[in-house]
Amino acid sequence: MRREIRFRLNGEAVSAQVAPHETLVELLQEGFGLYGARESCGQGLCGCCTVLVDGRAVSGCLYLASLVEDSDVRTIEDGGELDAVQQAFIEASGFQCGFCTPGFVLMTRQLLDEIPDPSEDDIKHYLSGNLCRCGAYPEIIAAVKLAARKRKGV
Amino acid sequence: MKRATQSTETPQVGRSVPRLESWLKVTGRAEYVHNLRLPGMLYGKIFRSSVAHGRIKRIDVSAARALGGVHSVMTGEDVRRLVPDPYYGPAFHDQPVLALDKVRYVGEPVAVVLASDPHVAEEATHLIVAEYEALPAVYDEVAAMTSKAIVHDVLKPAGTFPDLKHFKGRTDTNVALDFHLRRGDAKKALAGAHRVFEHRFRTQQVMHTPLEPLVSVAESTETSLTLHTASQSPSFVRSEVARLLGWPENRVRVRVPYMGGGFGAKLYIKLEALVAVLSLLTRRAVKISLTMEEQFFTITKHASTFRIKSGVSADGRIVARECEVWWNGGAYADIGPRITQKSGFTAPGPYDIDNVLIDSYALYTNLPPAGALRGFGIPQLVWAYESHTDMMARALGIDPVEFRRRNLLRDGRPQATGTVMRDAAIEKVLERVAVLLDWKNPFDRGSGALRRGRGIAVGFKACVSPTTSLAAVNVNADGSCIVYCSTTDMGQGSDTAMAQIAGEVLNMAAESVTVVHSDTDVTPYDMATLGSRSLFHMGNAVKLAAEDAKKKLDQLRNELGLPADAEIPDIFKRKYGMQAGNVVGTGSYVPTYKSPDENGLTDSATPFWMVGGTGVELEVDTETGRVRITRLVNVADVGTPINPRIVETQLSGASIMQLGFTLHEKMQFDADGQLRNASLAEYKIPGLLDIPQEIVNEAVVAEQKTGPFGAKGVGETGTFSVSPAIANAIEDAVGVRLTSLPMTPEAVFMQLQESK
Repeated sequence: MRREIRFRLNGEAVSAQVAPHETLVELLQEGFGLYGARESCGQGLCGCCTVLVDGRAVSGCLYLASLVEDSDVRTIEDGGELDAVQQAFIEASGFQCGFCTPGFVLMTRQLLDEIPDPSEDDIKHYLSGNLCRCGAYPEIIAAVKLAARKRKGV
Repeated sequence: MKRATQSTETPQVGRSVPRLESWLKVTGRAEYVHNLRLPGMLYGKIFRSSVAHGRIKRIDVSAARALGGVHSVMTGEDVRRLVPDPYYGPAFHDQPVLALDKVRYVGEPVAVVLASDPHVAEEATHLIVAEYEALPAVYDEVAAMTSKAIVHDVLKPAGTFPDLKHFKGRTDTNVALDFHLRRGDAKKALAGAHRVFEHRFRTQQVMHTPLEPLVSVAESTETSLTLHTASQSPSFVRSEVARLLGWPENRVRVRVPYMGGGFGAKLYIKLEALVAVLSLLTRRAVKISLTMEEQFFTITKHASTFRIKSGVSADGRIVARECEVWWNGGAYADIGPRITQKSGFTAPGPYDIDNVLIDSYALYTNLPPAGALRGFGIPQLVWAYESHTDMMARALGIDPVEFRRRNLLRDGRPQATGTVMRDAAIEKVLERVAVLLDWKNPFDRGSGALRRGRGIAVGFKACVSPTTSLAAVNVNADGSCIVYCSTTDMGQGSDTAMAQIAGEVLNMAAESVTVVHSDTDVTPYDMATLGSRSLFHMGNAVKLAAEDAKKKLDQLRNELGLPADAEIPDIFKRKYGMQAGNVVGTGSYVPTYKSPDENGLTDSATPFWMVGGTGVELEVDTETGRVRITRLVNVADVGTPINPRIVETQLSGASIMQLGFTLHEKMQFDADGQLRNASLAEYKIPGLLDIPQEIVNEAVVAEQKTGPFGAKGVGETGTFSVSPAIANAIEDAVGVRLTSLPMTPEAVFMQLQESK
């Protein structure tokens, strides 16, 4: 029951054979060896499986792989050098165990694309779908603010 | 990321070195067992018990076995083919690899389906049919003391702990440990006290919910077994799996890469014995990754009941205290009996009380097993004694800070066990909480429906003892350095701390030191990464190993006629004629310890004390019962921090986790022991919208003289005092007292209604 789909993955044209029930996280892990998007709660509530599809964050543990046909898919593995958000997460200690970190980084990029200078409330609401059991939230808020400054070159 | 070896005179300890694995974590490249796939690997999916207590009459796996794509289906009887006595556990050998004869809680593993496709394995589990003969069940820890429902027919202590040996062969009891401490004469002192107060407190069952759920992979040959596992205790996994198989330890290898959180959930044996047996039975690599839901059926935090009674003199001194604590251990003891004793002996709190009586009971019930969760029982105890202390202060009309000041346990004075307090900055922590809350000045109490209050609490913990850590430090011929230790980094930053300690001794930048992750074929023995013990025990071992390496380098310089300041590469070039060779320093650390006598007394109960105080300012909405924390102050004695920034984030993170256990989280069971909220949809852990408006974290100026460079552990400290500080602040705000966790809006609202 598999069928071939084509899409762009981190800027590269790719194709894959996907089953109807297969999720985007499964496709990335089994098909492409990309483990940065990872299933945790399995219900789209924790944000560990965040993937950008055509520039929008989706929960990769619920999003069916077949839906990315002809789409532009970006994961945490995209890009070479660390960007302003990743640098800010390191400088502001915005993680501990690191399991939720790719999701936070991707959501922060999307937040700053939409709101370049977010208030603390903006940050809390925008990232409220990402959970961190280590409780690094105060540092994550600081990291997002720092990333905003870095992006503006301040 | 390439890190050059750097020789430096800059101090490495006391510096906020960014975590060594930062790049790996922000790029999604950190290695977790979660990611691991091996050639030919089978996925295991677990079929679980649907009854809380029952005899297994029949397990029909024929339909599951017949499903296309299923490799095999295994039950407890299959396990018994390989392991005649397949029971494991750190305190009792009570937990079967898969249920045998009986099931003891809803969710207990009964059978496993193996398939190359995890979806096929999952589907096949739904085709398994099991029949049970229902047995009476017990869920409440106090009821378990006298219940006719007996969870285990015969008790089987593991033999490791001397105070459990007398339980061997016991029947007709649910008590898995009774710890008793008698100091002075509490009954007599209570009879003669000016005032006597007695209260009863309860905590609920909660779960760690590490975001990387429990996961283990096993691969095997005829004579060897390798486990890749998200485990906080690789050395224990090795010895326990070897024991089950009847193998020497050198045939079992346990590897642990990074972990996506642990918090005590990933200790001792969880999935390891199961995947080991499955791999040996199938001759294939086997992986079991739990779902978030399944974690709730694996390991939890003890619910507890604590009856506490204190006698106070006319001048406000606590003269006697009775503590009776019941720990709800669930169906398998796990490490519960150690919590019952090792934390139990601190039940009277950080107060100087001459007459103390403690009875602490570990109970079996028909609930998911309970073990260690960030505090090893301490948050449950502090919840009770610091609520109780505040209630007494209020009843006596004494300021709560002043009442504590009057009774505080100071350095040089004996704790309840008789162990004399050393390097425990209890007073300093209390005073700093008071200062940071501006306690002596008036406070805005709010108006209308929004009432404001503030509260404080201070708790302490004795680090579990005796435990052993070994380390090796390798200096290569180019002068670079590798640390070998079995401490596991689950997010607490141990890799970075160990690199800083080795770097400090060897004058190398911590960023240039490599730390090898636990691999029992390579890294030396360590008891486990638990109870905030690693920085102290492993830190001391790494320091000793680095000093040993340094001494060996100095000896070489001397033998080779090199000046004392000769660079390391020059030593090896002189010795071997080229860049070759290396020097390995070793270190081992085990603190002194004395077992308690028949009265629970000992003059050497712990290598160090951890102290954590919390101050809270909050707002209660009297129309909805909702509590909003506006300010949270965490103050701790962590000795002298190795990495001040990581210390701060540990305190902050621990306090946020404890906020969840205080205000929201609760595993809810129905009358038949069925868990009703085993998912993050219904079991809400703190998110960004739940954190206090302001969080202040402070490590007081302190030194643990026996610790590495004056340091001691910190992972749990931020959890100790959060819950009672909030309850105390709620009473301060609206005059009602909650004695059960969690303090949900409903609970606060009901209490407000009752008080009207």
